Amino acid sequence: MDVIALSWWQLAAAALLVIALAGCTAWARLGMSQNLLVAAARTVIQLALVGLVLEALFAAAELYWVALMAFAMLLIAGREVMARQKRRLLGGWAFGIGTLSMFLSSFTVAVLTLTLIIGPEPWYRPQYAIPLLGMMLGNTMTGVALALDRLTDTAWRQRGVIENRLMLGQRWQEAIGDIRREAMRSGLMPVINAMAAAGVVSLPGMMTGQILAGSPPALAVKYQILIMFTITLGTGFGTLAAVAAGSRRLFDSRERLRLDRLSAPG
Amino acid sequence: MSHADPLRLERLAIGELAEVDLTLAPGEILCLSGASGSGKSRLLRAIADLEPHDGEAWLGDRAQSAIPGHAWRRAVMLVPAESHWWAERVGEHFHDPEEADLQALGFERDVLDWSVARLSSGEKQRLALLRAVSREPAALLLDEPTANLDDATAHQVEAWLVARIREHGLPVVWVAHDIAQIRRVADRHCRIKGGTLETEKEGAWT
Repeated sequence: MDVIALSWWQLAAAALLVIALAGCTAWARLGMSQNLLVAAARTVIQLALVGLVLEALFAAAELYWVALMAFAMLLIAGREVMARQKRRLLGGWAFGIGTLSMFLSSFTVAVLTLTLIIGPEPWYRPQYAIPLLGMMLGNTMTGVALALDRLTDTAWRQRGVIENRLMLGQRWQEAIGDIRREAMRSGLMPVINAMAAAGVVSLPGMMTGQILAGSPPALAVKYQILIMFTITLGTGFGTLAAVAAGSRRLFDSRERLRLDRLSAPG
Repeated sequence: MSHADPLRLERLAIGELAEVDLTLAPGEILCLSGASGSGKSRLLRAIADLEPHDGEAWLGDRAQSAIPGHAWRRAVMLVPAESHWWAERVGEHFHDPEEADLQALGFERDVLDWSVARLSSGEKQRLALLRAVSREPAALLLDEPTANLDDATAHQVEAWLVARIREHGLPVVWVAHDIAQIRRVADRHCRIKGGTLETEKEGAWT
């Protein structure tokens, strides 16, 4: 079954409707029309550019181009993780911990999934590698950012409790244990919720896309389950690594709580 | 845990405070006073190794820098002016406190089932002292241990503390403002003035 081709004029028809929506909100003085149009324009431009990049990448299909693309995605995700934290670790640690934990989890799981489970030829075939990594990085990024933000912000607000526990002779792991658990929880909640609601409340985007593109639903479902699991693995291990490294960094070698290693919110 | 070790500070310096050299014999209570903001609490935090500082502290022959932070603080225990409680029930913060200690501080055993949220500031302060002492530290650093208590309770708590300190031979740094209390409990009295620690003359306060 072939995909029905979409031409630019068909997209233009959809774009006209978005402009009409913007017109309506402007007419009703709801003040959202400008944001709406800017966001719509960004979608078109960003996706068109990424389409060009992917076309080139698929045509080349060289390992180093795929790796370059993967690292560019990783660095952008690392920057995003850092930007989403209210009180971040100073001295490059916020970026470093976020990026490294995403690298360890997402890249390992992506490579394992490609080589052991899906098995395209060659294993780094960009049609498989890039979308898989993109979906994993996007979700891992959310988990790591939520967990690190919760960790540093809660440690700052509960510094009295942490220090009092240290004064009583507890190890640093014990003194921050509750906060670590909370941080893990907030990092993992989105993927757990997504798995629990999949297919019942929401039809996942990738599966919908595959079905629209002509895949039999049974195959699309299998891919979706695989993707859900890899996302969970990536997010879980990424969050685990980020919380472990981040909480360690909040204490020094004498097990003192060092909130001077966090930036002021801003 | 070897009790009855002296606590010795060797060129210990933190913040504005000049280097402190002090030796506290087992069972000796040193009262520390000074204007607020003069660095009393920070000195205690340095002795407990909760903040980066210069110099060294010794408990008997164990150097602060030679043992892990938690082990040092387990032995040289700081009770801060404001205590913090992390679990739901009072009892979850204790390792099996002695009945006699609870009673000496004016509590029945059922206090261990109380919710932390219902504790008054005075109750928190007394329980925080018991929480620390019941862990059997080898030295105590007390930051205004009776600040939130009425006179009668303060006397009661003070007497209990002094008895435990003498019984276990703990060297103690006790931050206090009340000169009457200092007269009652101190073996020695130091005051922080202009960034240095000065020992008060014996006659001036006994």
